[in-house]
Amino acid sequence: MALLQISEPGQSTAPHQHKLAAGIDLGTTNSLVATVRSGLSSVLVDDDGHALLPSVVRYLPEGNVEVGYSAQAAQSQDPANTIVSAKRFMGRGLKDIDISMQPYHFVDNNNEMLQIETRAGIKSPVEISAEILKILKTRAEKSLGGELVGVVITVPAYFDDAQRQATKDAARIAGLNVLRLLNEPTAAAVAYGLDNASEGTYVIYDLGGGTFDVSILKLSRGVFEVLATNGDSALGGDDFDRRIFCWILEESKCKPVNAHDTRLLLTKAREAKEWLTDHAQAQITSVLSTGELINVTLTTKQFNELTQTLVQKTLTPTKKALRDAGLSIEDIKGVVMVGGATRMPQIRLAVADFFKQTPLTNLDPDKVVALGAAIQANTLAGNRSDADLLLLDVIPLSLGLETMGGLVEKVIPRNSTLPIARAQEFTTFKDGQTAMSIHVLQGERELVSDCRSLARFELRGIPPMVAGAARIRVTFTVDADGLLSVSAVEATSNIEANIVVKPSYGLSEEQILTMLQSSFGAAEADKEARALAEAKVDAESLLLAIKAALDKDGDLLNAEEKAEISAKMDALEANIHEPYRAGLADEIHATTELLNNATEAFAAKRMDKSVSLALAGQDLSTLEI
Amino acid sequence: MAISLTPAAANRVEKFLANRGKGIGLRLGVKTTGCSGMAYTLEFVDDLNPEDMAFESHGVKVIVDPKSLAYIDGTELDFTKEGLNEGFKFNNPNVKDECGCGESFTV
Repeated sequence: MALLQISEPGQSTAPHQHKLAAGIDLGTTNSLVATVRSGLSSVLVDDDGHALLPSVVRYLPEGNVEVGYSAQAAQSQDPANTIVSAKRFMGRGLKDIDISMQPYHFVDNNNEMLQIETRAGIKSPVEISAEILKILKTRAEKSLGGELVGVVITVPAYFDDAQRQATKDAARIAGLNVLRLLNEPTAAAVAYGLDNASEGTYVIYDLGGGTFDVSILKLSRGVFEVLATNGDSALGGDDFDRRIFCWILEESKCKPVNAHDTRLLLTKAREAKEWLTDHAQAQITSVLSTGELINVTLTTKQFNELTQTLVQKTLTPTKKALRDAGLSIEDIKGVVMVGGATRMPQIRLAVADFFKQTPLTNLDPDKVVALGAAIQANTLAGNRSDADLLLLDVIPLSLGLETMGGLVEKVIPRNSTLPIARAQEFTTFKDGQTAMSIHVLQGERELVSDCRSLARFELRGIPPMVAGAARIRVTFTVDADGLLSVSAVEATSNIEANIVVKPSYGLSEEQILTMLQSSFGAAEADKEARALAEAKVDAESLLLAIKAALDKDGDLLNAEEKAEISAKMDALEANIHEPYRAGLADEIHATTELLNNATEAFAAKRMDKSVSLALAGQDLSTLEI
Repeated sequence: MAISLTPAAANRVEKFLANRGKGIGLRLGVKTTGCSGMAYTLEFVDDLNPEDMAFESHGVKVIVDPKSLAYIDGTELDFTKEGLNEGFKFNNPNVKDECGCGESFTV
């Protein structure tokens, strides 16, 4: 029996036409999925009632993949095959990250996105993230009773093109249709219903597990405009854990520890951090693999001192964002706290102190982004009549091209509102030059070597002419998801080179296809499960119909006929309740068929009876024959 | 006869209405579509039509148009959980047959 939700007036959908949509917060530490039901956005829980899914993926020896709490629990025993915080590696090369603190076996992929060697083979962060998304997809479809038409996935405002593309690729491998990538702070503002609030300028302070983002949103006439974003893509709650971890080592005078003990102590550090939110001190005890005993006590005061520089580190980007937006603290109407790390009292105090006002904390900081994403997904899927939620976002980093001398010429400046298209003209450098190499870059720095390389391509077939005569028009287009495409046209001859831009850290179409194909390996099992579910539904509806018929017209049958039918019903009933095994679906079909045949005579008798009842006592002349 | 809500359903409707911030009640209805004849509709109500019939159940205003009422008179609306899924369910005494999923029915 389908369960119904309340629609907006006049928006009821036809049966089987509900547009199920969900919002996904694919976080560094935890991921969540939320949806809007009967107008209310709520986070969906798993069978055990957990809303958070730890973003931890473990590749098991027998070839299975474990995601979430069970994988997290195995972190310290199996660190090399248990990937935590994969989001930090999305769209990143080996040179972008500090591998000294990581327990993984990294594989350098020729300056492409890094990969991790696990016992299940070499995995890219995209594939690892796809495992998390698959779990959330299943959870959403089980909770909503149908297939999702699309999802909104949130990304940090600071994510560059390669990281956004990697997120979209992960969704594709997981079989999800991405309606939109939404900046996390924008989602948080939507969740707090700031679109219904009074007009003004708001700050979204988001300290998650692995990233810090600060965004300044301006709300006018129900429309959000992101005035500025800033942050630090390598600062988060994990860093607070590391500070405690280092402190434990110092305090216990330990030598550097192995990967197993690193995981173990990091877990202890995280527990201590969470405990200190409501307590004055935390006891940290543990036995290392070397047999060394750790037993230290961390007080709130010590913790605050240890992490003071981290807290201060969040205020620098905050000041920068304010400066970019041309605002001062007095202009800020409200501050929204997002991310589990903002539960730490020293953070709340520092933010309150900085902005001279109490920040908004009444929604669960872990859930707020997913809740907002769900609201946006619901609107994009077309389930809202008043689709007045128009989100204007900005690009977080400037986009430009490499020019002579290794310099960057900016084409789209940062904080331009999306979507946007900008063109700029370039020319040839040498006489008779027939090709031009175009190198697309992202970043604020002037030198190519200090910016992030997004793509390279060549425009060929420029007619030979003197240097400076050719006019090459390069157009940058950034869509509503913040994804970039670049095209180049030589204007004097009107020749246009068709160029496909690939972010340097994105995946090639071929790589995605291979990953998709490997996911089809599970298709046979999925198909069997589906066939079984359908067979059970058919069987159940037949059983119900026969039971009803027997109640009503059982007297039409003799004892023998009744016994035969009821024996076949029992057989089918037993079949339905058998646990899953191969071929069960076919068997249920066969048993259903047997029951169907056995009741044919009964159905005929019932038909005769109802016809004679309908005809009884009626004058022939009144019957239309 | 009338239309009623179970306490669980009334509780949910109140919560959803409060969250929505506007609306005077809940509209139950049917429309001719679906795999076996009729389909239920469930909507928030902002405006009343002159012909609407109103019922009150556990403090919630339930609105039905007279045409729909013929098909769903006596219905009790429940709110239930089935596994991870949750939502509203029509317990309609007029139903003779419904499609496999229960979203549409015949009388």
